[in-house]
Amino acid sequence: MADENNTDEREEEKISPWQQMIDNPFLLLFIGVAMPTVFYTLWGVMEIASLPVAPY
Amino acid sequence: MAQFRQCPDTGLFFHKEAENLMKANAVAGVVCLLIAGILALLVVLTRWPAVHLLPADTFYMVLTAHGVCALIFWVIFFEIAILYFAGSTLLRSRLATPRWAWAGFVLMIVGAVMTMAAIFAGKSSVMMTSYVPMRAEPHFYLGLVIFAVGALIGCFVYLGTLVVAKNEKTYEGSVPLVTFGATVACIIAIFTIASGAEILIPTYLWSIGYISHIDPAMYRLIWWALGHSSQQINVSAHVAVWYLIAGVIFGARPMSEKVSRAAYLLYIFFLQLASAHHLLTDPGLSVEWKLFNTSYAMYLAVLASMIHGLTVPGAIEVAQRKKGLTNGAFEWLRKAPWDNPVFSSMFISLVGFGFLGGISGVVMGTEQISIIIHNTIYVPGHFHATVVIGTTMAWMGLTYLLIPVLFRRKMIMPQAAKLQPYVFALGMSLVAIFHMAAGTLGVARRHWDMGFAGNPLGFEYPATAYLLMGIAGVGGVIAVVGGAMFIVIAVGSLVFGEKLQKEAGLLQSFGFPLADSAYTDEKPARLPMAPSEAVEAHHDESSFEAPGTFILAMVLLVSFVIYYFINWKYLSEVWGLS
Ligand code: HEM
Ligand SMILES: [Cu+2]
Repeated sequence: MADENNTDEREEEKISPWQQMIDNPFLLLFIGVAMPTVFYTLWGVMEIASLPVAPY
Repeated sequence: MAQFRQCPDTGLFFHKEAENLMKANAVAGVVCLLIAGILALLVVLTRWPAVHLLPADTFYMVLTAHGVCALIFWVIFFEIAILYFAGSTLLRSRLATPRWAWAGFVLMIVGAVMTMAAIFAGKSSVMMTSYVPMRAEPHFYLGLVIFAVGALIGCFVYLGTLVVAKNEKTYEGSVPLVTFGATVACIIAIFTIASGAEILIPTYLWSIGYISHIDPAMYRLIWWALGHSSQQINVSAHVAVWYLIAGVIFGARPMSEKVSRAAYLLYIFFLQLASAHHLLTDPGLSVEWKLFNTSYAMYLAVLASMIHGLTVPGAIEVAQRKKGLTNGAFEWLRKAPWDNPVFSSMFISLVGFGFLGGISGVVMGTEQISIIIHNTIYVPGHFHATVVIGTTMAWMGLTYLLIPVLFRRKMIMPQAAKLQPYVFALGMSLVAIFHMAAGTLGVARRHWDMGFAGNPLGFEYPATAYLLMGIAGVGGVIAVVGGAMFIVIAVGSLVFGEKLQKEAGLLQSFGFPLADSAYTDEKPARLPMAPSEAVEAHHDESSFEAPGTFILAMVLLVSFVIYYFINWKYLSEVWGLS
């Protein structure tokens, strides 16, 4: 048991932060939703919402 | 206790519950493809000017049904099957919460039936995009929402499976590249579905009179976050399928795991922003918004696709060269198994996606050029290259691969299967190329009568445009024949194919569990870390490992530059200043 823990720890030591990011699907999910929400959706909605309404 | 069986031919492990779900989803997808294909024939025969088959109302109804059934239902059912395969089989893990997965499947079926019923009732011919203020019947939107909820459940079951696999330590190191690609597809799917809910739920409420007004510009903005992103699910997933098939057929290892994963990462960051290319001609949105989202962001996403387009054939080339096929630049490709439909479908998917779909997509995603082809039949020409030659053919290749492995049946009619990818690709390429050509002459998409007979505001297209649409019509018929061959072979194999395992009965082909005797309670051995990569292992060699692929990439680049130039030339002629 103790040995097994040790190898696991050693495995983790080698992992770079970059690799940790790639290995975390939930972090990736956050990025993948936040990016388009901010740059495409929110920015776009703000522009359309700020258009003046045409007079009848 | 999770039960597994191991495929004796490929060594892949199948979790009992997961494999039934894969089968059910894949079969549901193929049924949708069948319906979509029949509808495609009606559509294409109407757009073939000399045939002009359907009356106007029916044409728009059938076109709506074709778009929805093909692009939404066929593709997404199959994608869910791929997610379960990538999460469970490739990671040697049990699937998380199979009951939820079945609930999602049932919702998807209910939603799909509801929407199709609304369309065929005739009062929801609003096209796949369902732009307001056109109003469909409420259950058209409701069905789509229910379908999306089902698919969302599938995505979360997939994410849950990743967690289970990690906790139960079913694999060493990081997940395999194919699973990583599926994860990217799943992430994009979640954004897609959220955007769909954002727009379709209000539209549903509007259709029942609860909300009085939906702004058309706002609708288009949010709808395309769904419409474009959903295509990027397809791209991520079919690229993963390319890697998978290259691995299975050639034992090819990615040239560089790092580079491939980084390319997928670019997808996560940038691919969905390119949704803006659908709105390049929309008023109301600023140039800054358009340029940020389509230039900077889109080019980075395109870069990622080009990396995949380079590393997949590159990996195949490296694997083939190791086997001694080293003569000249292309022996590895000439001696590839061209009569194996798994490979030919996959390779045509790759080349067609890059050359026809990719080049036209980047060109039309340029703000200035977009205006000369917007809403012309050029657009369907482009996306039949991407979603049909690209995605659909990748799915077909995977189906051929899975018939023996997952369904445990021998494929019937092997001779026809050898031909099928070529027939389908020939027809579809004609459709894509000649629709694009006709679009360049201004022929409108979603248009019943290009002759404008009896219309006071008619327009006369040059005779060439009629010829081009006629050729596209012939191509469409050939493609439908190719599609029908696929359905006959795939479904026929599930029903009549020789059983490779005594338990694989008729119902088992459609998602019923195999008898217990097929499984063991033994947990699969832990998936070992992938062996070192093809290229990274010996970096010291100065020349590029895959010269043939390099030449192919250069050909793509030159084609792109020429085609880009041609389109700027067209654009310059619009105003006739010089
Ligand atoms: C047998 C092969 C197929 C043929 C011959 C075919 C042909 C056509 C034609 C002629 C149009 C109408 C263009 C217009 O008038 O605007 C069309 C539209 C469309 N097709 Fe296909 N198609 C085929 C397969 C597929 C598949 C497999 C998919 C998706 C994966 C697909 C997705 C679409 C979509 C999304 C539209 C647009 C509908 C709309 O404008 O709302 N097609 N197709
Ligand atoms: Cu798009």
